[in-house]
Amino acid sequence: MKSAVITFPGSNREGDVIRALRRATGHEPVSIWHQDMDLPQGTDLVVLPGGFSYGDYLRCGAIAARAPVMDAVRTHAAKGGLVLGICNGFQILVESGLLPGVLMRNAGLKFICKMQHLKVGRTDTPFTSAYSEGQIIKVAIAHGEGNYVADTDTIARLEGENRVAFRYCTAEGNTKAGNPNGSLNDIAGIYSERLNVLGMMPHPENLIETLVGGIDGRGLFESLSAFRRAA
Amino acid sequence: MKNTPAITPELIAQHGLKPDEYQRILTLIGREPTLTELGIFSAMWNEHCSYKSSRLHLRGLPTKAPWVIQGPGENAGVIDIGDGLACVFKMESHNHPSYIEPYQGATTGVGGILRDVFTMGARPIATLNALRFGSPDHPKTRHLVSGVVAGIGGYGNSFGVPTVGGQMGFHSRYDGNILVNAMAVGIAKSDEIFYAKATGVGNPIVYLGSKTGRDGIHGATMASAAFDDSADEKRPTVQVGDPFAEKLLLEACLELMKTGSVIAIQDMGAAGLTSSAVEMGAKGDLGIELDLDKIPCREEGMTAYEMMLSESQERMLMVLDPAKEKQAEAIFIKWGLDFAIVGKTTDTLRFVVKHKGEVMADLPIKELGDEAPLYDRPYVETPKRPVLDAAKIPSPVSNREALLKLIGSPDLASKRWVWEQYDHLILGNTVQQPGGDAAVVRVGEGPRGLALTSDVTPRYCDADPFEGGKQAVAEAYRNIIAVGGTPKAITDNLNFGNPERPEYMGQLVYCIRGIGAACAGLDFPVVSGNVSLYNETNGLGILPTPTIGGVGVVDDVTKSMSLAFKAENEAIILIGETTGWLGSSSWLAEIAGREEGAPPPVDLVVEKLIGELVHGLIKDGLVTAVHDLSDGGLAVGLAEMAMAGGIGATIAAMPFGLPAHAELFGEDQARYVATVGSKDALDEISRRVSAITATGEALVLMTVLGKTGGKTLTLPGESPISLDELEQAHENWLPAYMAGEL
Amino acid sequence: MKARVTVTLKNGVLDPQGKAIEGALKSFGLDGVDSVRQGKVFDIELSLTDKAEAEALLKAAAEKLLANTVVENYRIEILS
Repeated sequence: MKSAVITFPGSNREGDVIRALRRATGHEPVSIWHQDMDLPQGTDLVVLPGGFSYGDYLRCGAIAARAPVMDAVRTHAAKGGLVLGICNGFQILVESGLLPGVLMRNAGLKFICKMQHLKVGRTDTPFTSAYSEGQIIKVAIAHGEGNYVADTDTIARLEGENRVAFRYCTAEGNTKAGNPNGSLNDIAGIYSERLNVLGMMPHPENLIETLVGGIDGRGLFESLSAFRRAA
Repeated sequence: MKNTPAITPELIAQHGLKPDEYQRILTLIGREPTLTELGIFSAMWNEHCSYKSSRLHLRGLPTKAPWVIQGPGENAGVIDIGDGLACVFKMESHNHPSYIEPYQGATTGVGGILRDVFTMGARPIATLNALRFGSPDHPKTRHLVSGVVAGIGGYGNSFGVPTVGGQMGFHSRYDGNILVNAMAVGIAKSDEIFYAKATGVGNPIVYLGSKTGRDGIHGATMASAAFDDSADEKRPTVQVGDPFAEKLLLEACLELMKTGSVIAIQDMGAAGLTSSAVEMGAKGDLGIELDLDKIPCREEGMTAYEMMLSESQERMLMVLDPAKEKQAEAIFIKWGLDFAIVGKTTDTLRFVVKHKGEVMADLPIKELGDEAPLYDRPYVETPKRPVLDAAKIPSPVSNREALLKLIGSPDLASKRWVWEQYDHLILGNTVQQPGGDAAVVRVGEGPRGLALTSDVTPRYCDADPFEGGKQAVAEAYRNIIAVGGTPKAITDNLNFGNPERPEYMGQLVYCIRGIGAACAGLDFPVVSGNVSLYNETNGLGILPTPTIGGVGVVDDVTKSMSLAFKAENEAIILIGETTGWLGSSSWLAEIAGREEGAPPPVDLVVEKLIGELVHGLIKDGLVTAVHDLSDGGLAVGLAEMAMAGGIGATIAAMPFGLPAHAELFGEDQARYVATVGSKDALDEISRRVSAITATGEALVLMTVLGKTGGKTLTLPGESPISLDELEQAHENWLPAYMAGEL
Repeated sequence: MKARVTVTLKNGVLDPQGKAIEGALKSFGLDGVDSVRQGKVFDIELSLTDKAEAEALLKAAAEKLLANTVVENYRIEILS
């Protein structure tokens, strides 16, 4: 697995995801600067990390979505390459049109950082093969604008095509009661049509060791590490 | 030099300079100062920059230890933490700005302290804060809490540093003057620390960061002026924080430092360009010449006076190696930062400021700092309060009821509502989250880590400043011990009232003496600090609040300790002596409704012996949970351990022979509660405790209180309290209060 | 030339900030407030002189960056 992590000015969880990828894959991901025009040859996975790209003063992810490097990300995705957007990365993916919908201010109007349970959706994707369907995992959330909103048709389509990757839930698996930010259908992450682009608000990269909260986030990186693209 | 407008007594007073201080200026420069010079003097000689009321007393603080690399006097303190690494840290107040505009006041407070740390070449890895608000009933309190918490989060979350700990208290004495103390902690290589001292004549002085606007002009002066009811009119001087610019500045500075091109660096904090330039020159025995035409300005038509006093945020000043200018420029451009060469170092020892071809200031650079007024202000000692006899203070409620009320009281209630708004998990190294005794943060890939805490009990400091000062340091020490750390050094943030009033000056003097005594006794020196005076509203001072930020080293974070009960059927032990001390306690204030009596004294010899004992118990794996006892005493400590672990406890009748409420809620110092998993471990602990007593140095007591288990906490003679009931009482108060339901 | 672009949420999109402000206004006893929607205002100075050209440029700016047209509307005004 060759991975590249894009750093925008204002990204701040790039180190966390680089550490998670390094540990899961045994390889050092390549760091890409936002002004770069190309991805390294043979890149399998592009990660858009968490943070506050360009300060996020206009709308979260709005300026990053128009950064030079995003054309290369679009091309990569169009060819079926893997793209993972976490938190601010998810916001950038929806702003750039790679994923549908929009992430609005949390319903409680406050930034929330806490441990959060998620229910894993399908597991036949490059991102979730190490989990079991319906598994409840505990990861971290840390966002002020993670309230997923889309029009009724889009939601119906996401549900119909089984493209909801993760839903917020309680430790017992109750989705509605476990929704921290008002997201429609308790959506915490979604796939693109071809399942090669995943955007999610929670931070699996912060849950990769027992010492620091737990290891439920590891599965995502282990899934990616195990993934081999069909020749 | 042009001298308009004329320097009138009114103008001098507006600059916060007393007539004798102005006379000192005239003597020093031998002529009338220009307006720009007057501004420069007022900024350099105010309380915030010159420590003119406190300097004399601060000199008595212990600041040295073999592990101290840099003590007070630089942007932040530096200690050696082993493996070639250094920890750089400091705490600073942003009290007055936060009262006027809570969100921006808090953001710029966090921004300023982060800059102090990365200016020295350290990457920030954690922040903490200590907040004091007025009474919950005061009409402004809710708004201030909401704004300050959002501001601290808004800045730290975006900048990308975890906010891992802090404290928050309420008291009517802060009604018109809240306290916002922020602490930043960074890591650098111990041989790559950067200082403010300029070297070399003719080297370029480079300005880096955000453009200069008119914000915060006279912010540093404002921070040293007492509030009256016209405070609301001071709004325009509040600065606005830009965490994005700060993040760019951080990355650019650290990248630049690696190239070896930085000779000296200083952030522009209070008094902005003035104090940073003067400091660089004065420390290096060099003159500085600034050309203000080169300063990147955000607004048109700014005068020399405004540029010299602007407190626009996210700006740095540095002296660069001229041979590496091009390399530096490339880094500034990469990070999209404004920069300009705005002056040079000279051999004249003069601070010369030019604007539009005219000399606006020409002052002796060393004297600006060295000759600042130094006051030995009159002070009186706070009258000693009587020691209360617990037997004569009957409890008005059952102990069960008192516990539920205490853990749901504003000061002791859970602060989850606050710290869930702070990103405390970013960087993936937060081993122990907010809510415990001290936060534990791993350094890099470990195994080493830092134990971080901020502490002070203003109630005690008000009752007895000397004992209160001692206790603040001792509690920081204890919190670090409780998580398995070795206490190394502290930063002190001294928040007091008007030093021109002998009773408040006395609080400052005796608190400093108490801090000094504890630092010496516990081998826990002060390496950085900040003084905030004139904290009062309409003549009534705040509670004396010397906030202590403590740093300890945890050799192996995988072996750090937490307060949560870990398993059923473990023995619960209390280490330390219980005398049932209710004077100035939380119980007395919250349950009996009285704030009186002498606070509990700290015996520093016992404190250190017990601290070392507990450190050894953790290191050798003899205990499974540890919690130090502070506000609310034993009962609150046990409740916190039970809630954190989701495991209850049953406490047998206690052997102290005191009234039950005094045993349960007394606040005797130097005490820890621990759990022990085996008989062998318990025997070993007893042996170690007896061995200390046998040396004759001090009497150390260990008492078995009961055991863990079940889902209730049962106190002697009381009906069991379910963990759910405890949780509800503990967790509900703050969210309900903030929602306006209380 | 000076222009103003106003970006507002489309009708029907939940606006938690607007709702909170609305609640606050009502709690201040300002009767007569029915509802509040929060938006953003961009004051822009242009080096152009031709009004049509300016409008085209601002339209592009609004659609490319200033507004997220999934949830937001925008309005362009030439001020002087």
